[in-house]
Amino acid sequence: MGQNPAIAVEFQTVGLQIGAQTLVADLTFQIGVGECLVLLGRSGSGKTTTMKLINRLLTPTQGTVWVNGKSTLEWDPIQLRRQIGYVIQETGLFPHFTIAQNVGLVPQLQGWKPLQIKARVHELLDLVGLDPAQFGDRYPHQLSGGQRQRVGVARALAADPPILLMDEPFGALDPITRLELQQEFRRLQQDLGKTVVFVTHDMQEALVLASRIGLLQNGKLIFLGAPAALAQCLEPEAQRFIQTLTPATSLRL
Amino acid sequence: MQAFFLIRYGPEILQRMGEHLLLVGGAIAIAVVVGIPLGVFITRQTTWRQPVLAIANVLQTIPSLAMFGLLIPLVGIGPVPAIIALTLYSFLPIIRNTYTGITSVDAAVREAGQGMGMTDWQLLVQVELPLALSVILAGVRVASVIAVGIATIAAAIGAGGLGVFIFRGIAVVNNDLILAGAVPAAAIALLVDSGIGWLESRFAVKR
Repeated sequence: MGQNPAIAVEFQTVGLQIGAQTLVADLTFQIGVGECLVLLGRSGSGKTTTMKLINRLLTPTQGTVWVNGKSTLEWDPIQLRRQIGYVIQETGLFPHFTIAQNVGLVPQLQGWKPLQIKARVHELLDLVGLDPAQFGDRYPHQLSGGQRQRVGVARALAADPPILLMDEPFGALDPITRLELQQEFRRLQQDLGKTVVFVTHDMQEALVLASRIGLLQNGKLIFLGAPAALAQCLEPEAQRFIQTLTPATSLRL
Repeated sequence: MQAFFLIRYGPEILQRMGEHLLLVGGAIAIAVVVGIPLGVFITRQTTWRQPVLAIANVLQTIPSLAMFGLLIPLVGIGPVPAIIALTLYSFLPIIRNTYTGITSVDAAVREAGQGMGMTDWQLLVQVELPLALSVILAGVRVASVIAVGIATIAAAIGAGGLGVFIFRGIAVVNNDLILAGAVPAAAIALLVDSGIGWLESRFAVKR
């Protein structure tokens, strides 16, 4: 199981129950290397839970999650997480670290030399469109929301992890900045060839980014497939998400 | 007319202040070295949280004169029981603020740290303690100010300090003597308060 090198992450009949509450149930799917899987669903549908099962912030009570051919339970959680970039809403930037220190965090944890870290931070800030000379020494509270999200993405990419997990990273931004970041991120993801799992409740965002969409409802995966196929999906929940689209964007389906 | 009391008793005031500071400084140092790790411990082992805080709470409620008296059969008289008593009083604010400071670190920040593969120790040292530092210092400040006050009673068990003036002044009904102890003690308390307060604001992290 999970030996195929083209498969980055595989869920096999995965469930998570805490007490009497079932958070997710019977999840079985694969995520190919280099694809951008968007997990779509309402609040509480289990998207974030599904994501946290990948980097073992949560462990399944049923089934197995395989990452790079190895069960998450066999991975040393620290080693596993250092191979997986992680971006969350509100970014979770460390308020007492400068931008450069935030971006250099994972390389620092992995014991890179200071000069190497500096060069890498420079490279990454450039990549996400922030001038390293201007922003490197600032603190997160001195940046705008959009700039902080760019830093969050740069930080997640720092140690060049093959997999990125992104939990509504652009949710708190104004619509224009959000669209800019979505488009930039899509280009970045294709250029870098990262495997991305992206959580959102925004149908529009899912369409911009996804190579496949996974639709979750009440902890179950009710649809998995290409964005265009979602329009044909007869599940009422899928139709409800389609209806959130403006006429202009739904034309693209 | 006699000279102003602070001048009249000048040399002895300085000596008693020295003793006083030693009692308070020693007690706070021990309370910090034991209390902060204990506060961290109960953020990790939450089953210990209730008992540890309950004991620290109870210690705080023992009347100070009784606390000093109770220690005499155990460790005799002098500075040692005084420092022990002051240490016990200092635990509650320090342990509680350490616990509160760490648990009030933004959950998103903690989760980001975990998600990026920080070990628990790295998370504690690089993230939680720096972000909790100003809250922890606030606890040290409260403990120190309380200890400066309570240390005056330590004179009753032969530990010296500014309380010596106060007890002597009460015994001979001399207000100048009482003030010779009380005014410097109040001054120390104010200085400690503003000094640690300044440190606190230096380490406060903007969000």
